[in-house]
Amino acid sequence: MTPFKLHRAKSLSEATKAFKAAEEGRFLAGGQTLIPVLKQRLAAPSDLVSLGGVAGLAGITASAEKITIGAMTRHADVAANADVRRLLPALAEMAGGIGDPHVRNRGTMGGSVANNDPAADYPAAVLGLGGTVVTDSRRISADDYFQGLFTTALEDGEIITALEFPVPERAGYVKMPHPASRYCLVGVMVTKGAAGVRVAVTGAGQGGVFRVPAMEAALAKSFTAAAIVGIKVAADDLMTDIHAGAEYRAHLIGVLARRAIAKALA
Amino acid sequence: MPVITVTVNRATHKIDVPDNMLLSSLLRDELRLTGTHIGCDTSQCGACTVHVDGRSVKSCTMLAVEADGLAVTTIEGLAEGEKLHPMQTAFRDHHGLQCGFCTPGMIMAAVALAEQNPAPTDAEVREGLEGNLCRCTGYQNIVEAIMSGARAMHGARS
Repeated sequence: MTPFKLHRAKSLSEATKAFKAAEEGRFLAGGQTLIPVLKQRLAAPSDLVSLGGVAGLAGITASAEKITIGAMTRHADVAANADVRRLLPALAEMAGGIGDPHVRNRGTMGGSVANNDPAADYPAAVLGLGGTVVTDSRRISADDYFQGLFTTALEDGEIITALEFPVPERAGYVKMPHPASRYCLVGVMVTKGAAGVRVAVTGAGQGGVFRVPAMEAALAKSFTAAAIVGIKVAADDLMTDIHAGAEYRAHLIGVLARRAIAKALA
Repeated sequence: MPVITVTVNRATHKIDVPDNMLLSSLLRDELRLTGTHIGCDTSQCGACTVHVDGRSVKSCTMLAVEADGLAVTTIEGLAEGEKLHPMQTAFRDHHGLQCGFCTPGMIMAAVALAEQNPAPTDAEVREGLEGNLCRCTGYQNIVEAIMSGARAMHGARS
């Protein structure tokens, strides 16, 4: 790693101040993406601002309508949380399938959502559940938040403090993990709740996570796997890489969406 | 350089570390605990797995400074004197290694798994080893060792 100055912020204001004073600052959450990136010298920030010591950023609160997850909450803690498992088991299951056990013990939900990797799991949860990204300065709805590959509505220096998820009536998530990395070749989250039906796809889009309006409309009429048989997502805007072509990813979206519906109904 | 206080294998160290030092470097280069292995540059292999406050982490993917105030256990901290940890014994009994390079990480991952799940199934062990690569054995004996070691840790006959 190239040298950098590390700031161990104790509060959000300290973190913001250190970030603003830096020539090229980066926030450090769980580090499970950023540290490998630094080790590969794919980034060389002048300053890292660690959020690990900021009080109040980790933890989960739940009511019958809403689950709020602090940005620094580790994947393993989301997976194991009794309220999440009871109210939103699809999210607990998703969290328990990210990376590997060691990654889940360090990686954080806020870090993943801020990074917005096109093959990450959590973007599908935030968009698929119609969640809200809460930052140190405002609230951003999921539909406004995701803006492309590794691109979000976050301003420079803005810090995610929590993610809010409305508790749905039904939710299911299924992914085809890359066999080595466990990132999503394709992952599909299907939910039904107060805001209607939402279908969010990660791992496949050239522009990152996206919704599938045709499936949502069909499922609003009949929330069954049969309702979306024959609805295809065009391969044009999907990714092709050495692991899977766009046509294959398009096919997987249909298969995994039907499986996610079956899970949501189970 | 920040001064941190870190407890490693029950011994507390107060030590200056560079901002960009990895926990794996602190363990290996400063504390000379070279049982924690570095098998890759990409945070994929898990040979460097240690426990931080009881949870398994890749020590190559955590800054040393972030271990300030925390308790780290490495492979050297498992045995009690000459008495091997039950998971170490199980790896020896089941020949859960060939070259041995990945073994420290495998055992640290296995102990963390067995602490959470006293009787893991074959599938649960394989899922639990998702973050640890072995390039010799094909995993079969590693999985058998971990299932046996988990039983031994929890007092059953292996």
